[in-house]
Amino acid sequence: MSKPFVFEKPAGMRDTLPAFYQNNEDIKNRIKQEMESWGYQFIQTPTLEYHDTVGEASAILDQQLFKLLDMEGKTLVLRPDMTAPIARVVSSSMKQVAYPLRLAYSSPVFRAQQREGGRPAEFEQVGIELIGEGTASAEAEALALMSEVFKKSEIASFTVAVGHIGFVQELLSEILGNDDRAADLLRYLNEKNYVGYTSHVKKLPLSSIDTQRLLKLLDLRGGIEVLEEASSLNPNRRGQQTLQELKNLYDLLEDYDAAQNIVFDFTLFSHMSYYTGIVFEGYGAGIGAPIASGGRYDDLLSRFDRKAPAIGFAIRMDYFVEALGKKKDDTKRQCILYTNERRKEALKLARNMRSEGKRLVMQNLSGVKNVDEFSKRFDDVLYLIGTQQGEDFS
Amino acid sequence: MSTVLTMAMPKGRIFEEAVDLLRQAGYPLPPEFDESRKLIIDAPEAGLRFILAKPMDVPTYVEHGVADIGIAGKDVMLEEERDVYEVLDLKISECYLAVAGLPNGHDQRVAPKIASKYPNVASHYFREQGQQVEVIKLNGSIELAPLIGLADRIVDIVSTGRTLKENGLVELEKIAEITSRLIVNPASYRLHAARINDLVERLRTLVESKEEGQ
Repeated sequence: MSKPFVFEKPAGMRDTLPAFYQNNEDIKNRIKQEMESWGYQFIQTPTLEYHDTVGEASAILDQQLFKLLDMEGKTLVLRPDMTAPIARVVSSSMKQVAYPLRLAYSSPVFRAQQREGGRPAEFEQVGIELIGEGTASAEAEALALMSEVFKKSEIASFTVAVGHIGFVQELLSEILGNDDRAADLLRYLNEKNYVGYTSHVKKLPLSSIDTQRLLKLLDLRGGIEVLEEASSLNPNRRGQQTLQELKNLYDLLEDYDAAQNIVFDFTLFSHMSYYTGIVFEGYGAGIGAPIASGGRYDDLLSRFDRKAPAIGFAIRMDYFVEALGKKKDDTKRQCILYTNERRKEALKLARNMRSEGKRLVMQNLSGVKNVDEFSKRFDDVLYLIGTQQGEDFS
Repeated sequence: MSTVLTMAMPKGRIFEEAVDLLRQAGYPLPPEFDESRKLIIDAPEAGLRFILAKPMDVPTYVEHGVADIGIAGKDVMLEEERDVYEVLDLKISECYLAVAGLPNGHDQRVAPKIASKYPNVASHYFREQGQQVEVIKLNGSIELAPLIGLADRIVDIVSTGRTLKENGLVELEKIAEITSRLIVNPASYRLHAARINDLVERLRTLVESKEEGQ
């Protein structure tokens, strides 16, 4: 391996320059405000965690974890998501606080590049976790809050797809009666390989009705009518119950006025293996990946010895900002160029302007080589130069 | 027809068959499709924009979302393992992936060497067979490798078997049947569900009627 050049960074690591930083912060602050106004409290967790705790509990593939060793030789990971660390906090430092808990975060997470560039290995997530609440109200709240964030930010043609892990599993094991065969089909669905799924289903020794039921599963995507279609596939009692829960959830979302952008999609499988119930993803025009994703995870907390149902979602800031498109940086910046004789006057003026909330640079004229070039960076330049009194605006 | 869907098409072997299929499915494609060297072709009447890519790159464009849909060979899908939906078998460009070698060829027993344009497929396949091999990646004319001693066997696609035969190689094992697939970006699949479902259904009907006609 050759030594990196001075300008090189590890794969997938990116710098954020002033214009982008400002835009990102503005958007992020609006999202955070919305979450705070729903009563979610922000917390921060360490960048490094133990592989044996958070690393194991996280749903991110092991080969995507950045690992290092501490002084005692224990394996550490750079946190790959925020849900597992928050589960750890809730079951330890916050053990005494009664459920339900509403927590939020805004933090970078780290996932190593697996094959090539084009995707960041460190990116910011802003999200919430509603822990200790197993009801449909909790699900509606999470979905409504996510929709509200998308709506208020005016993400173009945003769509939220809602699926359910349980329904598909129930239907498969009911029809196939045997978990190994169901597992084969689930694998195809997970790999998004519908061609493989379809030809595998056709090869199974099933009645033509059951074959149709399995094939129809792939079409369960669309508006509220999809729940009817799903019901016509004749799922077992638990499957019907799931559909009733989703119908109920839809009604709740209508009360929140957040049902317009919801589609149901039983083919939605999250790559996060800890989800146990509903899963959902948010999309926006022009972005080829989910901008936000979340779901119910009722088993994760028990890994940290404080069993509880929970639901949450995370927004990927990089995609979210990209979906909003380029915004012109309209922050005004001013500058006072001064010479030594008038420094005190310049300082006084600067203090006043800054207290008015203006963004002001003070620059000694003798420190600038090319005044014209320098002045161009500001919306206004005030010259306090020479010995005469008074202000000159350029 | 408010949104224009971007479709990644594979240049070369599959291209003509894919264009035929789309025309038969009722998509009016401009005549420049047949001779142009342009890499981006708009077909506004069809509500489609085409990008012409190397076959091996089609799933990459679709995974990154710069194309909503694409047509890719199953060989490429197996090799690339991209996060895209494989929604329909178009049943065109049929061939298969196979292991080939010299007749009566003797493998080096310590480290059998396999040459292939599909290093991922090759190494998966031999691992599943319980064999440890060393894979050498080549970009074309794979049949050369065993002839001049670069590798013991090759993994490549076979359609008629003529190339193997003319170079004195024999097929040893079949790995997988290959046809072209319609693939879809996961986010586009939901954002443009109506348009994409329509396209898939039109192609599905066409493919199925062709099957029955045979």
